[in-house]
Amino acid sequence: MAADVDVAAAAQAEAAAPLKTPLHARHVALGARMVPFAGYDMPVQYPTGILTEHNWTREKAGLFDVSHMGQAFLIGPDHETTARALEALIPADILNLAPGKQRYSQLLNEEGGILDDLMVSRSLDEDEDGALYLVVNAACKTQDYAHIEARLPANVKLVRAEHRGLIALQGPAAEQALAAIAPEAAAMGFMSQRTIRVAGIKANVSRSGYTGEDGYEISAAASRIGEIWDTLLLDESVKPIGLGARDSLRLEAGLCLYGHDIDTTTSPVEAGLTWSIQKRRREEGGFPGAARIQRELAEGPARIRVGLLPEGRAPAREGAEIATPEGETVGTVTSGGFGPTLNAPCAMGYVARAHAAPGTRLDLIVRGRNLPATVAPMPFVPNRYKR
Amino acid sequence: MAETRYTKDHEYIRIEGDTGIVGITDYAQGQLGDVVFVELPSIGKSVTKGGEAAVVESVKAASEVYAPVSGEVVEVNSELEGAPGTVNEDPAGKGWFVKLKLKDPAELEGLMSEGEYQNYVKTL
Repeated sequence: MAADVDVAAAAQAEAAAPLKTPLHARHVALGARMVPFAGYDMPVQYPTGILTEHNWTREKAGLFDVSHMGQAFLIGPDHETTARALEALIPADILNLAPGKQRYSQLLNEEGGILDDLMVSRSLDEDEDGALYLVVNAACKTQDYAHIEARLPANVKLVRAEHRGLIALQGPAAEQALAAIAPEAAAMGFMSQRTIRVAGIKANVSRSGYTGEDGYEISAAASRIGEIWDTLLLDESVKPIGLGARDSLRLEAGLCLYGHDIDTTTSPVEAGLTWSIQKRRREEGGFPGAARIQRELAEGPARIRVGLLPEGRAPAREGAEIATPEGETVGTVTSGGFGPTLNAPCAMGYVARAHAAPGTRLDLIVRGRNLPATVAPMPFVPNRYKR
Repeated sequence: MAETRYTKDHEYIRIEGDTGIVGITDYAQGQLGDVVFVELPSIGKSVTKGGEAAVVESVKAASEVYAPVSGEVVEVNSELEGAPGTVNEDPAGKGWFVKLKLKDPAELEGLMSEGEYQNYVKTL
């Protein structure tokens, strides 16, 4: 028996001693199976296993350690200066990002390809005017920081928040569980961000996540994040969830995984992320690759990311070729697996635009055989964000 | 009495006369995690020692199940198609994959005994 593909651990298994998050000892004590991921030793699952963890997150609340992700602040003299510095690198409208709000965006290269995807938030507090908080992918953070720093004006600085931990609490019971130790969390809307006390500890909390469920991401000092983690786990509706279920949850939610569904060769338009490019930016441009992106917005991209539902039970995984029933190759699967909530396999991939309409019949080539599949809208499992 | 032999890739073969029942060990199912799909060969297929006999998919990965010895597939456990989780629940029993008619029983000599396999797993 030998693994061909390992989606959850897909990554940079680094030969050097792996880094540890502030919660590492807790994962080991909980009996997690640890795997190398983006240079860190991370929990892929706890003893109950991925299916149970996945279903628990959809039904109750899952707690994830995402401290491996990159947290940083962009700090300038005022919001407009900092926002314009970041807007030179990403296609989102940050100038008009209201205090206390968060936005999803992408760092772009000059060809409009995606260097990384990230979350950007603006503090509600007026004494933090001119500061933006960024969360980037673990595997990209070193390159991202170098890329950003090389392009900032002299009066805007990037400050790495290396001594912070980050955890995500996701699922229908997340609000009740967090509000019990941070009452202000209950009133927060989707994609909002507040600095509040969680179990008495000052934390930067956003109402967002990567599962399609309602939930929060909680950033606090690395020396204190363990206390928040422990306090949340005292709630019987909260269980720790590993990277394996994080991947199956985000796949069902139709969310992109950097390095798989998006990379330097894909544009945000091809990736179906045009919703994250606000009107002013579409019209004005002024971000890397704007010419390509504006052209793709006007004319349609040559290929587009679509959802795919294979018939039967066999999953189609990353790398599977996508063909028409007549045998013409029209694309490649970029993420795929078994959706526990869907109770069926699901996948996403890029196909030529002519084959992207929902309902289109295509074949996925799995182990040399043609697996019939249908183009389907995403998310595969409806989002339950707190609007 | 039926004898069971093991591979380093964590397949077992339980010998019954000139046939053998092939599955994966408890250690293997634990490493794999929740099994969500099993692809079985067609009856009559010839498999060679070390070649692919079946495919088992967990939530996160697809893995090949190799034939411990050469032979012809005479039966498959089609129950797994509707209940792949049986591989996790009872790998040595109801979670078997295929029954092979052995081509060369001498190939069994190269496989590990129960005791040797248990010692091998301890080294992992």
